[in-house]
Amino acid sequence: MLALAIRRLVSMILIMAVISFILFLIFEADKLNVATKVLGAYSTMEQRLLWLENNGYNAPFLERYLSWVWGFVTGDWGTSLQYQAKVSELLWPRLLNTALLGGTVFAITVAIALVLGILSGIAEGSFRDRAITVASVFTTSIPEFASATLLVAIFVFWLDLLPGTSSFNDGFALDQLVLPVAVLVIYNFGYYTRMTRASMAEVMTSQYIRTAVLKGIPFKRVVMRHALRNALIAPFTVMVLQLNYLLSGVIVVEVFFAYRGFGKLLYDAALFGDIFVIEACTMIAVIVAVSSQFISDMGYMLLNPRIRFG
Amino acid sequence: MAEQTVESPRPPGILRRVFGAIGLLRESSIGMVGAALVLFWVLAAILAPVLPLHNPLEPSLPLQPAMSPAPDGSTFWLGTDDRGRDILSRLIWGSQLVLFWASVATLVAYLVGMALGVMAGYLGGWWDEAISFLANVLLSFPIMVLYLVILTGLGPSSDLGRFLSDTFGFSPKVVSGIIIVAAVTFATAPQVARIVRGLVLDLKTRDYVAAAQVRGESAAYIMLVELLPNARGPLIVDACLRLGYVTITIALLGYLGLGLPPPDPDWGKMIAEAQPLGKFGTNAMIWPALAISSLILGLNLLADGLREISLRD
Repeated sequence: MLALAIRRLVSMILIMAVISFILFLIFEADKLNVATKVLGAYSTMEQRLLWLENNGYNAPFLERYLSWVWGFVTGDWGTSLQYQAKVSELLWPRLLNTALLGGTVFAITVAIALVLGILSGIAEGSFRDRAITVASVFTTSIPEFASATLLVAIFVFWLDLLPGTSSFNDGFALDQLVLPVAVLVIYNFGYYTRMTRASMAEVMTSQYIRTAVLKGIPFKRVVMRHALRNALIAPFTVMVLQLNYLLSGVIVVEVFFAYRGFGKLLYDAALFGDIFVIEACTMIAVIVAVSSQFISDMGYMLLNPRIRFG
Repeated sequence: MAEQTVESPRPPGILRRVFGAIGLLRESSIGMVGAALVLFWVLAAILAPVLPLHNPLEPSLPLQPAMSPAPDGSTFWLGTDDRGRDILSRLIWGSQLVLFWASVATLVAYLVGMALGVMAGYLGGWWDEAISFLANVLLSFPIMVLYLVILTGLGPSSDLGRFLSDTFGFSPKVVSGIIIVAAVTFATAPQVARIVRGLVLDLKTRDYVAAAQVRGESAAYIMLVELLPNARGPLIVDACLRLGYVTITIALLGYLGLGLPPPDPDWGKMIAEAQPLGKFGTNAMIWPALAISSLILGLNLLADGLREISLRD
C-alpha cells in the first residue's frame, strides 16, 4: 500500500513537472513576446531589450525555466499585468471564493445523488427508478451556460426573485449564491446519481444481500448496514475524480455570473494576455486536479479491504 | 464432373446492416426520441440554404418579440436580436456551424485517439508507457483550463495562428476553426485513447488475433482490420456521447468569445451578445439556450438507446 502510494506520488510530481515545462514553453519561450506583453504594444524595441536584460531573460532557456519553477514553489508568482498587483495576493481570495462555490455545490450534489441513486438502485426497473434515470439524463444534457441562461430568464427577468450577477459587490450575499450553485448542481447530479445507482443495483443482486434478506433481517437494515458500505466505494472514487470536471463547470458559471473566483480570474487573464496570472492559475488548477486523482486512488484503497490487505 | 459447391450464406451487405441497426433502434423509445431530435437539427443545418429564411446577418427592426411582422410583409417567428437580425434564421444557420465544426473536431479527435489507443494496447511496452503518460498529462488539466491555455497560448493571434494565415492564406475563420479542432483533439483524444486501449487489451487475447499473427500479418493489418472493427460497439456509443460534449464545447467557446470570429451566427455567441441587454435580451438568449439543450439531449438519448440495444445481444 505504501509502495503504491509512493509510486503514485512520484508519477504525480512527474506529470506536474511536464505540465509546468509545457506551460513555460507556450508562454515564455518567445521572450520578446513577454517583454511586449509586459511593456505594452507601444514600447520601443530598446525598452524591451533593456527590460529583458534587467529581468534576467537573457539567460539560457533551461536556466530561466528552473528559476521560474523555483519562484513558483517558493510562492513568487510574478506580477499581474492587468491589475498591477502580486499574483499571489490576487489569487488567494479568488481561490477561497471558488472553494466556497465548489464546496457548496459538491456537498449538495453528493447528498442529492446518494439519496436518488440509492432509491433508484434498490428498486431496479421500477417506475421510480426509470423516472430518476430519465430525470438525470435530462438535466445532464443541458450545458451549464444554457441552464444558466434559462434560470436567469425565469428567476431574474420574469419572476424577479433573484439577482442575475454574483459579484458580491456589497459583501457576501446568500441570494447571489443561489443561481450559480443551482446551475452546477443541476448539471452534475445526474452523473453522480447514475454512478451510485449502478453500484447499488449491482450490490443488491449479490449473494450476501439475498442471504441477509432471506435470514429475515428487515429490508431497511439490509440496505443501510450491508449494502451501502460496499455500494459506496465506486461512486466515491468517481465523485472525487469528477472534481476535475466540476472545476471546468465552475469556470463557466463564474464567468456567466461575474462571480469573483479563480475561474473568472483565469478567464480574464486569458483574454487580456496576462501571462503570469495564466501560468499561476493553470498550475494551481493542475495541482488541484492531480491531487484529487491521488485522493481518489488512496480513498479507493482505504475503503476497499480487498486492496488494503491484498 | 460438376463441381459441387456449397452455397454459403452471403454476409449481409453494408446497406442491410445499417438499416438493420436503425430497425433495432426502433425498439428503444428513448433512442427514437433522441434520433428524432438529432435528425431535426441535422435537417435544419442541411436545409438552411433552401428554407425561406431572412438573411441571418441583415439588420432590421431590433428586439422584436416572437411572431412579430417584418417590414417586408413576412414574419419574425422568434423575433429579432438587438441588431434586428432574425433569431430563427440565426438559430438554423448556427446549427450548421455548430454541427459542422463539432463533427469535424470529433472525427479528428477520434482518429487520433483510436490510433494512439490501439498502438498503446496492441504494441504495449514503451509505446504503451509513452502514450499513457502523454494521456495522463493531458487529462490532468481541468478541461476548461486546457482550452483557455491552448486558445490563448496558440490562438489566432499567436505565432501559430499567424503562421497558418500567412503560409497557407487561410481566412481568419478557417484559422480559428483549425485551432479549435486542434484544441478539442488535445482534450478529447486522450480519453478516446484510454477507452480504445482498454478494449484492445481485452480483444488481443482472442483466437482470431492469434490466427492473424500466425498467418504472418503485419501489426498494422492486425490493428486496422482485426482489432478496431471488433471494438466498434462501445466506440459508437461513446462517439455519440463525445459528439455531444464537443458540441457543448464549440458553443461554449463561442459564448466565452474564444470561438469562431463574428459575425457568423453561433449559438454560444448569440447568448453572449444578448446577456448584457439584461431583461430586454431575454427573448434573444433563451432560444439558443433551448436549441443547444435539445441537440445535446438528443445526442445523449440516442447514445442511451444505442447502449441499451448493444447490451441486449
